[in-house]
Amino acid sequence: MRNRIPNIKIKIMADYTVKQTLDCSGLCCPMPVVKTKMAIKKLDVGDVLEMISTDPGAMPDMAAWARQTNHELLEAKDEGGDVYRFFIKKTH
Amino acid sequence: MAERKKLALIASQGTLDWAYPPFILASGAAAMDWEVAIFFTFYGLPLLKKDIKASVSPLGNPAMPMKMPFGPEGFQNINWPIPNIITSNIPGFEGLATSLMKKTFKNKGVATVQELRDMCVELEVQMIGCQMTMDVFGFKKEDFIEEAEIGGAATFLEFASDSNVSLFV
Repeated sequence: MRNRIPNIKIKIMADYTVKQTLDCSGLCCPMPVVKTKMAIKKLDVGDVLEMISTDPGAMPDMAAWARQTNHELLEAKDEGGDVYRFFIKKTH
Repeated sequence: MAERKKLALIASQGTLDWAYPPFILASGAAAMDWEVAIFFTFYGLPLLKKDIKASVSPLGNPAMPMKMPFGPEGFQNINWPIPNIITSNIPGFEGLATSLMKKTFKNKGVATVQELRDMCVELEVQMIGCQMTMDVFGFKKEDFIEEAEIGGAATFLEFASDSNVSLFV
């Protein structure tokens, strides 16, 4: 299952600045997507949210969340040791 | 923006274990901008009460693991076989099993049912209490959270009729 997760990479790493960092460490499904949604709601279009999760399920879930909400998942990084870092751009 | 997808759920069980799926799915779907309604019926109806008192017991629930939420990891992973004679005859066993389950959830970072319901409220999930069940079991609208609406089969079916996903839990 985990092999099917696309390795999303942004072309130019310094192309965006993070507006807010959301730490979802220690939280299980569905909290990372729920908290991401709530944080995104408060940002402006074009802002980038950084989200940190320790839930391995957040990798496929954030990809699905981005497809469903049409926000742009700029980057999804497996940093090892069950730490996952996401960069999401608010598009609407 | 394209038309929102819809999720229609029926929550028919009120034990702690079965309280989770509808609230997890509802908050997850609402987080994806879906329109969500949960219809609470029969034993699921108490999940609309202001204070959720859901409990769980391994009695009549043989697949439920009994875990100790403390001690070394190997100890925590043991599934304790508790005979029915104990689960059914020791007073307070259900309360013990419930608090052990809640502690295990907490240790693993799982939100409480109450927290998940609060998320659903914040994400504007529509929650409908079953009028017939209220009459049968003697619930009043005042017993429920103020976001709860009251309806019947037709109310739910109308919402579900053009839903993308419809589940009975």
